[in-house]
Amino acid sequence: MIKVEDLHKGFNGEEILKGITTEFYQGKTNLIIGQSGSGKTVFMKCLLGLFSPEQGTIKYNDVDYSTLNAEEKRDLRKKMGMVFQGSALFDSMTIAENVMFPLRMFTKLKKEEMMERVNKVLKRVNLKNVNHKYPSEISGGMQKRVAIARAIVNEPKFLFCDEPNSGLDPKSAMIIDNLIQEITHENNITTVINTHDMNSVLEIGENIIFLQKGNLAWQGNNNEIFKTENEAVTNFVYSSDLFKKVREAQLKGL
Amino acid sequence: MKYLHDIGQYFIMLKDVFRRMTKASVLRQLIFKEIDDLIINSMGIIIFISFFLGAVVTIQTALNLNNPLIPKSLIAFTARQSIILEFSPTFISIIMAGKVGSYITSSIGTMRVTEQIDALEVMGINSTNYLVFPKIIALLLYPFVIAISMFLGILGAYMAGVFGGFIASDQFLSGLQEDFIPYHLAYAFIKSFFFALILATVPSYHGYYMKGGALEVGQASTTSFVWTSVMLIIVNYILTQLLLS
Ligand SMILES: Nc1ncnc2c1ncn2[C@@H]1O[C@H](COP(=O)(O)OP(=O)(O)O)[C@@H](O)[C@H]1O
Ligand SMILES: [Mg+2]
Repeated sequence: MIKVEDLHKGFNGEEILKGITTEFYQGKTNLIIGQSGSGKTVFMKCLLGLFSPEQGTIKYNDVDYSTLNAEEKRDLRKKMGMVFQGSALFDSMTIAENVMFPLRMFTKLKKEEMMERVNKVLKRVNLKNVNHKYPSEISGGMQKRVAIARAIVNEPKFLFCDEPNSGLDPKSAMIIDNLIQEITHENNITTVINTHDMNSVLEIGENIIFLQKGNLAWQGNNNEIFKTENEAVTNFVYSSDLFKKVREAQLKGL
Repeated sequence: MKYLHDIGQYFIMLKDVFRRMTKASVLRQLIFKEIDDLIINSMGIIIFISFFLGAVVTIQTALNLNNPLIPKSLIAFTARQSIILEFSPTFISIIMAGKVGSYITSSIGTMRVTEQIDALEVMGINSTNYLVFPKIIALLLYPFVIAISMFLGILGAYMAGVFGGFIASDQFLSGLQEDFIPYHLAYAFIKSFFFALILATVPSYHGYYMKGGALEVGQASTTSFVWTSVMLIIVNYILTQLLLS
């Protein structure tokens, strides 16, 4: 579980996050949704410790990040995995080397033990025969899966995904969403996902945090989001025609 | 103002490079890769340019020395001096600013814009150490590269001078040894060492702190080449003033 209290973050005097208080639950897919530019990525980078907030606290399973020394921060980092928006695979390394990288950095495992772990997670994300390929030689959807494999290879307690299905076709996007959800449940991970994709909200929105202009405007799950009267949320949700129709059907009691 | 900020940030980066070391086994591998990318892969162009530069300097000198009172051996002497003092260390470094410099800026810049650097940081890795330190170590071999360049430059001078019929072989060889000051070699290698540091760090800086996308990576490489060259020329001037005058 991650608890955030009164988080403020800005750049060059402009406040991007304006005091966010919320919780992300363990074993659930927690979604941060909102328009482009609403501060989702900045929020996530604060959660990862890549940006240090000006004000506020972040607690990981009741441990306050800001009170940790460098060594303890490093230990906490080992328990985090991250899937970047553009996958961020190292293009100078093969797929197997990419996935093995966190193990090489963080563990003292033998080469064979590492290979075993790598093969296990690659199998988990349904990738076969790609070990010796380079990231540029596989499709975007496959790159995302490799990125997921790299993020989970060291068995993290916290998984962060920044728009994991952006740039993918709807089917691949759905597969990636479901994969992340399954892994979250299987390993009881606290997973945080940035998205502006309503399909993801519908599919895997177990806990949804709606950001608007740096404020938390609404929080709930994927059942509640279609019933809420909150105008900012309905504007965002029903900006798509399809969902507008779903809404009308709902109101008619179909 | 912006320049001051850049200079400050550059030195902060340099300090960061040596702060938190990456795991030794990983670092070793990175250093070998950089030696391959930065040094071995540049040898072809360096050999080619050094040889022909030596040849051209000799022909130019020979054609300008048509006073019969001046000994022919002066051709070899002049070629040696210009190759050792300037052509090999400085001219080759400017070429390297284009070749190695733009390679460094674009590879680090691409890692920046595709969030690969963030990925390193998330894993608790000091990304400046991971990216820049191996380049600095690899380029410690740069003075050896310059030594090879000097040798080939002089070989080119000999070939052009002797086979072009400008000077006899024994005249050339005696000219080559005339008034030789070993300190000039030391000066050239000290220069090469500082040039190596510039070649490793200035392009890294331009890649590491870039913002934007693929287009900006290209622009950053160009800017990086200009600034690396400017830095080389300035440091060349300062070192020459300090070491030779
Ligand atoms: N490193 C940074 N420096 C300055 N401004 C930034 C930085 N990162 C993000 N921002 C600004 O913060 C705002 C929110 O960005 P972001 O979190 O990326 O939005 P989202 O991910 O929701 O699309 C944007 O206006 C962006 O320009
Ligand atoms: Mg974003």
